[in-house]
Order: sequence, then C-alpha cells, then structure tokens
Amino acid sequence: MAIAIKVNGTDRTVDVDGDTPLLWVLRDVLGMTGTKFGCGMALCGACTVHIDGIATRSCITPIDSIGRSAITTIEAIGTTPAGAKIQKAWVDREVPQCGYCQSGQIMSAAALLASNPNPTDADIDDAMSGNICRCGTYLRIREAIKQATQSAAQGGRQ
Amino acid sequence: MIPDRLSSRVARAFATRPTNDLSRRRFLQAGAAAGGGLMLSLSLPFANSDVEAADGFAPNAFIRIERDDQIVLTMPYVEMGQGTYTSIPMLIAEELEVDLNQVRLEHAPPNAKLYGNPLLGGIQATGNSNAVRASWQPLRQAGATARTMLVAAAAKRWKVDPASCRAQAGEVLHARTGRRVKYGDLAADAARLPVPQNVTLKRPQDLKLIGTPAKRLDTPAKVNGTAVYGIDARPPGVKIATLAQSPVFGGRVKRVDDTAAKAVKGVRQIVRLDDAVAVVADHMGAAKKGLAALVIEWDDGPHAKLSTDDVAAELEKATLNSGAVAQNIGNVSEAMARAARKVEAIYQVPFLAHATMEPMNCTVHVRKDGCEIWIGSQAMPRVQAAAAKAAGLPLDKVVVHNHLIGGGFGRRLEADGAARAVEIAKQVDGPVKVVWTREEDIQHDMYRPYWFDRMSAGLDEKGKPVAWNHRYAGSSVLGRWAPPFFKDGLDPDTTEGAIDLVYALPNMHVEYLRVEPPGIPTAFWRSVGPSHNVFVTESFMDELAAAAKQDPVAYRLALLDKSPRAKAVLELAAQKAGWGQPLPERVGRGVSLQFVFASYMAHVAEVEVAKDGAVRVRRVVCAVDCGTAVNPDTIQAQIQSAVVFGITAALHGDITLKNGRVEQANFDTYQMLRINEAPAVEVHIVRNFEPPGGMGEAGTSAIVPAVFNAIFAATGKRLRKPPVDPAALKQA
Repeated sequence: MAIAIKVNGTDRTVDVDGDTPLLWVLRDVLGMTGTKFGCGMALCGACTVHIDGIATRSCITPIDSIGRSAITTIEAIGTTPAGAKIQKAWVDREVPQCGYCQSGQIMSAAALLASNPNPTDADIDDAMSGNICRCGTYLRIREAIKQATQSAAQGGRQ
Repeated sequence: MIPDRLSSRVARAFATRPTNDLSRRRFLQAGAAAGGGLMLSLSLPFANSDVEAADGFAPNAFIRIERDDQIVLTMPYVEMGQGTYTSIPMLIAEELEVDLNQVRLEHAPPNAKLYGNPLLGGIQATGNSNAVRASWQPLRQAGATARTMLVAAAAKRWKVDPASCRAQAGEVLHARTGRRVKYGDLAADAARLPVPQNVTLKRPQDLKLIGTPAKRLDTPAKVNGTAVYGIDARPPGVKIATLAQSPVFGGRVKRVDDTAAKAVKGVRQIVRLDDAVAVVADHMGAAKKGLAALVIEWDDGPHAKLSTDDVAAELEKATLNSGAVAQNIGNVSEAMARAARKVEAIYQVPFLAHATMEPMNCTVHVRKDGCEIWIGSQAMPRVQAAAAKAAGLPLDKVVVHNHLIGGGFGRRLEADGAARAVEIAKQVDGPVKVVWTREEDIQHDMYRPYWFDRMSAGLDEKGKPVAWNHRYAGSSVLGRWAPPFFKDGLDPDTTEGAIDLVYALPNMHVEYLRVEPPGIPTAFWRSVGPSHNVFVTESFMDELAAAAKQDPVAYRLALLDKSPRAKAVLELAAQKAGWGQPLPERVGRGVSLQFVFASYMAHVAEVEVAKDGAVRVRRVVCAVDCGTAVNPDTIQAQIQSAVVFGITAALHGDITLKNGRVEQANFDTYQMLRINEAPAVEVHIVRNFEPPGGMGEAGTSAIVPAVFNAIFAATGKRLRKPPVDPAALKQA
C-alpha cells in the first residue's frame, strides 16, 4: 500500500505496511539515518522526531497514523529558530560524547524551547526525562537548554 | 576499560625501554609521502618486542604533511565519546605548531601489527583508558621532529641558520628578512632531509594547546544527524535483518515455523542457524514484524535451570579455599592475632549489561572470494579475525570499515556480533545489516562479571588497620580476551584496585580465585576490575572507620603519608564538598579514594534517602590528579559521564538469570539514570605536568562506594551489594 507522508517539507510516498513504525521508514526506506533506534518501545527517546511540532517517538508511531501532518527530523531541525538555537548551544557547551542519543535529545529540547521559551528545571526534567543518554551528558544538556533559552529570550526582546 | 595500567606489573613487563631513551632510528622514520608530502612513520614505545625483532622497524602510527598544508594522522584508536579524536591531535599540533583544525584523522585499517596499542601489548584496541597515555610521548616527539625538519628545509632554501627561523601556525618564519613559507611548500624538501636525532620538547610553561579546553572536532556532525555510526551503514542493495538467539546461553533451535513470518510484507528470507533464527527484510519494521510472527521451539541445553543464586553460591563456595596470591605485605595472620579488634564483611557485585545506546549491529557482504564488513568496533583486528573464521576465508580477504561508536564501554571490544552477522550473511545474497533489538542486545550481552568478596581486617587499640585480608572469586575477562596476560592464576585487570592501594597498610594479603560462571559470558565493562575492587575496598575502608568511630576522611588521611598525590585529591574533594558541615536528616556524605588507570581520584557523594528507601544522589564533588590535563574540558566531561554511569549501576544495575534466561530485556526492566535523577557534578582538576593518566573509566569505579558510604552516613545502614535495595532502607 502506497502511503504519502511529508518529511521536512518534502512529499514522499512509501510502500510499506500501514503499521510500520515511522522510524524504519525514515532510516531504512528513505535513508535518513540521523534519527536513531534505541529501544523500539518509546523508553529511550533516541528516535524522537517532530510531528506538527510535537516531540514524538517515531519507533512506535505507525506510518498510517500520520496523514498529512508535517514530520520534521534532525536533518532539518536547524531550519527552525528553536532548533538552530539548540544546535548552537549543543556545540557551544560540548554536549555530545558518543553522540548517538543526541539527535533525539536535540529534537526533544527543540520542541520544549518552541513551546516554552523560559523552561524551569522542572520543565526541563519533564521534557527531557524520556531521553536516555548512556554517556551521561545530562548536566550539559541542562546547561545547553538554559543557554538556548537565554538567547531565545534576548531574541524575543529585540 | 581493559587490561593493565601504566603502573601495573604487566605493563612494566612490556615497557622494555624508558620513553626518554628511545632509539630514534627505530622509533621514527621520515620519507616522501605519495603526492609529494612529508610522511612520518612512528613506532610507539613499549611495542611488542617480538614484532620489532622480526621487522626491525614496525611503525604503528603515521603522520602525513601534505602539499596542501593538511596534516593527516592515521590513528589506531576509535572515538566512542571519550574525546580521543581531539586530545590525540592536540599532542601533534602542539609540537608541530599548527592549528588544531589543520589536523585531520583517518581510521586505521585492521592491522594489529601496525596499529597495536603499546600498553595492550600490541593488541589493536581502544580501551583501558590509555589512548592519551600511550601517545603522550611519541606523538609529541613526532610533532617536534617534523617541525625541526620543516624548519631545516626552509633554512636550507633561504641559506640561513635554522636557529634564526621559527615555526608558527603552520609556517616557517625568518624574522630578520620577514620571509615565510607554508609547511605544505616545504614538505617535499623536508622529506629528503635526515631525521634529527635530538629534538627538544616544549617546556610545560610554553605549552599553548595542551591544557586548554579545545573544542571537540566531532561535535558538529553529532548535532545535525550527519555523524555515521555502524548502524547507519547503507551499502547499495542492503537488506535488514534482526534475530532471535537462544534465550538460554548454549541452547539450540529445535523447530521453526516460519509460515506467518514469510507472509509479512517486506520479509525476504528466514535464516536458520544452530542457535538463532534471523529474519531478512526490506526494512527493520518488516524484520521485527516477521520475527514476532516466528514460532520457534528451543532446546534449552545444559543451562536450562541456571539462576544467579547458583552462580553466587558457586563463587561463595570457591572463596572457602585459598587462591592465587595477588599481593602479600608483612604477615597478616600474625597481625590479625595481635589485633585489638576484628572486622569482617562479605561483598558481592552483580552481572551488568553494557546497554550501549547504539544496539549491537554489523553489516556484512559475503561474496565467494571475500567479505566486507561495516561496523563500529573498539578492536578491529578481532572483528576481522572473527569474520574470517566465520566466513571460512583467509584474513586478507576480509575488509573491515570502522565507524563512529554509539557507546562502547567495553562491549565493542568483542567480536561475537560480527561473527554472528557473518553466519547470517553467508546465507544471504548481497549485503545485509544485522541489527539486534534492544531485548536481544541486553539478553545476549557479554556481562560485567559477578564477583564475590570476603574481607577481614584487624584494628589496633586506636582503630588503625594493622591487618587487611581480601579474598575474592569471579571471572577473569582478560584471561579469556588475551590469555597471555593471565599468569600464575592472576591477571592485571582483575586485581587492579585490590592491590597496590594508596594506603599504608603494614600487613596485607589479597587472593584471587578464577571461577568462570557457567551459561553466561563475561566481558570488559567500563572500569572492569576497579569497578568491583574499588567498591569493595573503599566500602570496607569506610566500615573500618566506622568501627574505629572515626571520621571517614580523617581515617583515610592518616594512612596517606606516603601517597601525597592521593592525600591531596582527598583533601581537595573534602574541602570543596564542605565535608563535616551539617546536613538534614537522612542526607549523608560519602567519600571514596582510588588510584587506578594511573590517575588519582576522590569523590564525595551527597545522598538523600527518602522514607520509602528511595535513594537520590544530590551532588558529587570530584577531585582528580591525572597528571598533565591534556584537554580539561574532556576530563570534566568524562568524569560527569563516568559518575552517571556508576550511579546507574549503584542504583539500578542488576542482570539476573532465571531458568537460564536473562530476566531483564529493555529499559523498563534494565533502567538507566535519567536527567531528573542526575546529580550536580563538580570536577576539580589538580594541575601538574606529570605524565597523563587515564580518564575514561576512573570516575565510574570511584562513585559507587562513595554513594554506598553516603547511604551509610544518611541511614546507618551498610549495604554490601549493588544495586541499592530500597526495601532495606525504608524508615520503620
């Protein structure tokens, strides 16, 4: 069955079962490997993408549930204001170590920043505790989100 | 991560020559590179002497200075998050006088003879926290040698005294005449000059790059999705496979009904092996769906009834007998007999999985005349050898492409996954990427061993330890991984952290019994031997302080007069942590001190124990003396990382067997520390110019006893087996 989706602004058609998780369509069918596989059960957040701006675990999202909603992945998150600020903060704060989980971390953080320009520590915990980092970069993730928040706040005032 | 450390006996055995007495001729050669540049070939010191004897000169690292000014370093080490792709180029850039961005890295192909890590006895692997330790002297010398040759080439061209020229930012300058020339223009001339016999390395006060927080070179690709890990390899036409392996180690496939699996859209093939079944499909979604549709009947084999309790009981029994003596100082039995007081305790540490965020995977294309592999590996020659064996091909017909590693922690020192992938790929036409589900990854890991320890000590009337007795049993990972390291019943990894303690103990006796558990494979796991030994020794030291009714920091300090660097980090950590300042009820501070991986480290953990027994680590203060701090930002990052890794083990880590099966499967049953549980971690680095120590693992072994000691301080309850059992800490 041909299924039409919209990924990073581009229309794509894929021929897979409707219950196929979006993760595998992205990685194996479309060859977009920036989105990562970690657990397959929405327990680790490595596969996080945005669907209409909402952070979503692609490993449990059936492809036929998405319809015409806009899918945004790590490959294009830098084109959004929040995504660009988060990526810059990640580089400035030297967040990644092995880096494998960081696509998902950045997608979760970008969704947080876009919906909440001034998150508290508790807001950060809520938004980010679904993303596991085995290298333990949590401290720097928190610092980087705060840095991005500040730059967002400054941008807002200008 | 693995074997020895610089100071261990085995490493010393390999250290046939001191670094400052290198035969320059054998250590470094220079010549023209293809394309007209300057090529330096290095033989890292301590290299396996047999190889040297056979070949005369056996280089294991290469630096090319190309005509376009690029500096290309061929590296025997892999990046897995530890920052090695930044810290190693810093060593060359510093002495060569080039910008760090000018140095480009290339993965070394698998060739143990050429790329063997000297501290691992010539085994090409990234582990044991030793990339910087092994490279520190030779790469700086190589940089200085190349710089000297480039300066000489410029001086010759200008017909001036080399002493009147200097190197700066990738150029040679002649101050008096204002002439300057780029390295790339000099490389071909320099290649024809003799290699200087004596080059001077920079004095510590002249270092410009080493000791600064240089930006990591691999970060940009890791924030935009372009970094390529083994699991991202996509050779043209690749199919995706996933697998079910016998849930009991040593079991076999009895019967498979694959009718339903074959009917799944996108499923191409079912591959049956003796002890596993794989589903090959167009994409992982179809492969997983196919796998779920398989009906597999297993023959569980000899370990069908095995449980963790059986393993622990066997180890406990083993420790009733004496083992190989790892260290003996003075006379423990006499001292024990004279002691005013005796303290005894039994400790155990559980099996642990690696749970790297990138699940095990390996992409293979088996052809009639060769085999091609795409993988992220800490030990490339092992992958090549395992693949060649599984494919039935000679070694030189196996090509391995290495990739970034999405978490190693010792897991990717093993080649079991590559062998398995080749077995599957042999039955598949074209390339196939075999991806383990998280459940397979956790249930078919090779685990940090279970160890069982008996401790006893004698205290004098003032509470000072006059006798220290430690006997333990468990797996020797190194004995399997590199058998020559296992000698006289001992190996340097299993004993690290149990012997050569920083404390002055007049009578000390340490014995080890190698007991390999049945039905569960063991392997290196971040900080390996010390992950066990430091937990035991530092917990027990705390018990002695408590028995002596003394402050745990003061008690340790009194034993450190002969270890000034250890004493300094302990004092620094205690001071920065506010040791001794009052804390609320059920909040406590715990301390630990260690010298492992050639680095000194003290942690103070501040822990809060809720009424229901739940433990939260609020704050960790670390003081570290790792000699020269090559990249302080990486050191801070590695300690932050290692602390989270260790707390995960302290609070959650437990792999258990029931009916031969690993009971944990995914991140719901094998939990990781998350951001809301992560403590603040402060790192204080002692600055000096001693040779660098290892940094990737030390923080992990040190944190677990600090947390357990803090729990004791908060509750008065002494836990002797990780992970923390909240039920034992419930307030009545």
